[in-house]
Amino acid sequence: MPRFVRYLLPLALFLAMAGLLYRGLSIDPRLVPSPLVGKSAPVFSLARLEDPAATLSNADFKGQVSLLNVWATWCVSCRAEHQVLMQLSKSTDVAIYGLNYKDERPAALRWLQQFGDPYRANAFDADGRVGIDWGVYGTPETFIIDKQGVIRHKHTGPLTWDIVQHEIMPLVKQLQAETG
Amino acid sequence: MIPELGHFALILALCLALVLAVVPLLGTFTRTPAWVALARPLAWGQFLFLALAFAALVHAFLVDDFSVLYVANHGNTQLPEIYKISAVWGAHEGSLLLWVLILSGWMVAVSLFGRHLPDEVQARVLSVMGMVSIGFLSFLLFTSNPFERVFPIPAEGGELNPLLQDPGLAIHPPMLYMGYVGMSVAFSFAIAALIGGRLDAAWARWSRPWTLVAWVFLTVGIVLGSWWAYNELGWGGWWFWDPVENASFMPWLAGTALVHSLAVTEKRGAFRRWTVLLALLAFSLSLLGTFLVRSGVLTSVHAFASDPARGLFILMFLMLVIGGSLLLYAVRAPDISRGGGFAAVSRESFLLGNNVLLVLMTALVLIGTLAPLLYDALGWGKISVGFPWFNSMLVTFMPLMVILMGIGPLTRWKQQEPAELLGRLRLAAVISVGAGLAVALPLLGDSWALGLALALSVWLLTTLLMGLRQRLRAKGGVASLWTDLAGRGGRSYYGMWLAHLGVAFFILGITVATQFDIEKDERMSPGQSVEVAGYDFRFDGVKVVQGPNYQAHRGTLQVTRNGAEVAVLYPEKRVYQVQRKPMTESGIDAGFMRDLYVSLGEPLDNGDWSLRLYYKPLVRWIWFGGLLIAAGGLLAASDPRYRHLLHRRTVGGAVPAGGHA
Amino acid sequence: MKIARLLIIGLLSLRVLPALAGVEMFDFSGNVNEDRYMALISQLRCLVCQNQSLADSDADLAHDLRVEVYEHMQKGENDRQVIDFLVSRYGDFVLYKPPVKPSTYLLWYGPFVLLALGVVVVVINIRRRGRQSETTFSKEEQARIAALLGDEQDGERGK
Repeated sequence: MPRFVRYLLPLALFLAMAGLLYRGLSIDPRLVPSPLVGKSAPVFSLARLEDPAATLSNADFKGQVSLLNVWATWCVSCRAEHQVLMQLSKSTDVAIYGLNYKDERPAALRWLQQFGDPYRANAFDADGRVGIDWGVYGTPETFIIDKQGVIRHKHTGPLTWDIVQHEIMPLVKQLQAETG
Repeated sequence: MIPELGHFALILALCLALVLAVVPLLGTFTRTPAWVALARPLAWGQFLFLALAFAALVHAFLVDDFSVLYVANHGNTQLPEIYKISAVWGAHEGSLLLWVLILSGWMVAVSLFGRHLPDEVQARVLSVMGMVSIGFLSFLLFTSNPFERVFPIPAEGGELNPLLQDPGLAIHPPMLYMGYVGMSVAFSFAIAALIGGRLDAAWARWSRPWTLVAWVFLTVGIVLGSWWAYNELGWGGWWFWDPVENASFMPWLAGTALVHSLAVTEKRGAFRRWTVLLALLAFSLSLLGTFLVRSGVLTSVHAFASDPARGLFILMFLMLVIGGSLLLYAVRAPDISRGGGFAAVSRESFLLGNNVLLVLMTALVLIGTLAPLLYDALGWGKISVGFPWFNSMLVTFMPLMVILMGIGPLTRWKQQEPAELLGRLRLAAVISVGAGLAVALPLLGDSWALGLALALSVWLLTTLLMGLRQRLRAKGGVASLWTDLAGRGGRSYYGMWLAHLGVAFFILGITVATQFDIEKDERMSPGQSVEVAGYDFRFDGVKVVQGPNYQAHRGTLQVTRNGAEVAVLYPEKRVYQVQRKPMTESGIDAGFMRDLYVSLGEPLDNGDWSLRLYYKPLVRWIWFGGLLIAAGGLLAASDPRYRHLLHRRTVGGAVPAGGHA
Repeated sequence: MKIARLLIIGLLSLRVLPALAGVEMFDFSGNVNEDRYMALISQLRCLVCQNQSLADSDADLAHDLRVEVYEHMQKGENDRQVIDFLVSRYGDFVLYKPPVKPSTYLLWYGPFVLLALGVVVVVINIRRRGRQSETTFSKEEQARIAALLGDEQDGERGK
């Protein structure tokens, strides 16, 4: 019955849209996926937080699976995820590096002293330029980098133990098994 | 105690709505007059309880009752009284309460001014509106209770968002809601007609004034929102294609198509299916807007606290109301007869083109708004769709619309001799194109935009003047203008005339304000002068000022032109007590032909400040055009044809159900 | 969703330096054209805001990105290069004007397809009406309508 069908069109279109809206309820519209996944880590070289005379650069990522965690003392959720990072640094051998983003050196050092230091080393990004190169838009963010220095995953937002177990560690183990 | 009473009143309102949705509607099928007669008192009762609930919330704000969570979040002891009241609708729960209060207000209006309707029709309309009320009242009571208590009671409230502490924003939501909700009347008339099986000129004539008034409110609401954004946001923008703005524009576009389509159905009996569908569409888009603003599905500066759980509730409600109505349409529409035929060249065909274009533009806005979501959901990447895309599309479609707007009113109903029409239009076309080219050529760069805008506006103006001349001649000269306005059908015509004129102002305003505005970011020392577009702005320094609930840096700028004083402007940078984010309050010298606009930037060394100075030509034409459109609608709605309906009781009220028109 | 919000709150929570407004004092007397700069930053999205462009936003990141745009323009890069710089780091999301590529053909060309469809609908509709015989309402329908509306005589024929 073609005539009847024509009048069903508005309903059909609406149902399609409703389906889309339903799907939309579980999507976060503010989450920006990173175009850097699958590409080599951006080239950078910054003074270390702990020792300004030394540098941290992307060359340091070669040879092992690393995490780069972008954090700052003014970031409330970074405080929330810090314990997870401490736990992670104690229970696994993945190299955790930090990018101290737009922060003050004394405050950052004090913070690490007070709450613990899970990082092998921290790069001190005072003006945030390196952060921009990494596509940082909101702290905390965590990148997983493989043995060749290629970014394989980015997590935006604070880490929870749940996320670490289900999202981070499986990939880390897989990457560690890969030959360098 | 009073908040509990308010809460209780809400529950009672829901109970009444439940009865209203079922009993009178059932009564129209079982032919039980007693049940049908319940519709009006139930509508009144619902309104009464909602008014009580609303009053309870207003009271809670006025006495700073921070034991109510909503008041604790958005109220504040230092808030000026007027903002304590407007804080009631400044956030999610309270604005929903306002929404449903206004809905019941419209229901009362239908019961008061709809006495000429057959009882059955009025009862069905009120029942459908009652169904909508159930949805909103349930949503309020189960997920968004404005009367929820908080313990321990905070000493001070969270304060109304400083951006909302402005008179424009105090009336903008109520106006907008009057429009959104008003579309439910046309919607309910359409549903009632689909149920009853009769869709004739009577239905169209009943619907039309309600639809027009709702559409006028919506127009005014949108204009107010735009004007408020311009005043408050500090960078002179007035439309951002933000999802929530789009959510108000879509029902407006559909509503515009609807008022035109209703005119055709009323006069010629044609377009019945279109009109019904548009009536369903306009309110559906209002509801969709409610979803978009409150569900967190899209990012918007306007969004209320976004909560996917609430979003799900609204989505289910949408499925019921919109899905249900469109299903009813699918079932009943094939039986609606087609109505009057018309020739290929006739006013009907131009109005059909107009309908299609407006629906297309609505679809456009919808596509642009939902595209990011669509792409994300399908895994095609994350994109943003903003003003560049919307502007490109609108600039393509608007001229087509405007061309039709010029031709339609000059065309005869049913059948028009093409040669005659072309003859009439030739002159208008020549003048418009001429004007457009004249303006486009000598200037360089963006002049094509002005040329196009001018051509379109002149086209509208000349065709309007031609139509006016034609009508006055037919009615007996200029002297007949008065009787024409007083008589039947006159106001409908002049309403159209005003509204179309408003569009011309609107187009010119937008084009000139965006193409020829001048913006200068300057670092200024006290005493220094900067020239913008022939106006000299002298910066006289900044001092600290204390407001009722904020502290501000207030700058003084003397504006002169050729030595003569034009204005003194006081841009401010305010920091409110609780929400300490700085807010700009621009200094504006408004004029019909131009605005001078100053925004305070930041303090630099040596007492210098960075300032943003604007010269904005014809920006007021944008809102003036919008207000003309609203005035036109109001004029058309006041046509004596509709008023005279108020005073008559129908001959033999009951209408037999079934049968087709 | 909660996490994202915490993140935003975290970011915005305390960067209260006096220089907050979106009015940097850039020097436009050199090779950076002010209009071009304004046009660019109006088209670029502030990633931490609720739908604002770089031009309109007060946020810290917006300030940083505006500085980047300016500096790239100063180096002599054209619009395409500045945009590529940002897109390679943040993806297409940072552009308010979606790039025209196969995945966005639907978005850019779809409306014109719809317009064509609309024209077809109108043409078909008009043709069909023209062929249909003239009926508005039957005599009894008209009488019923008149009774309902309480019209004695209506006088108007389509005005």
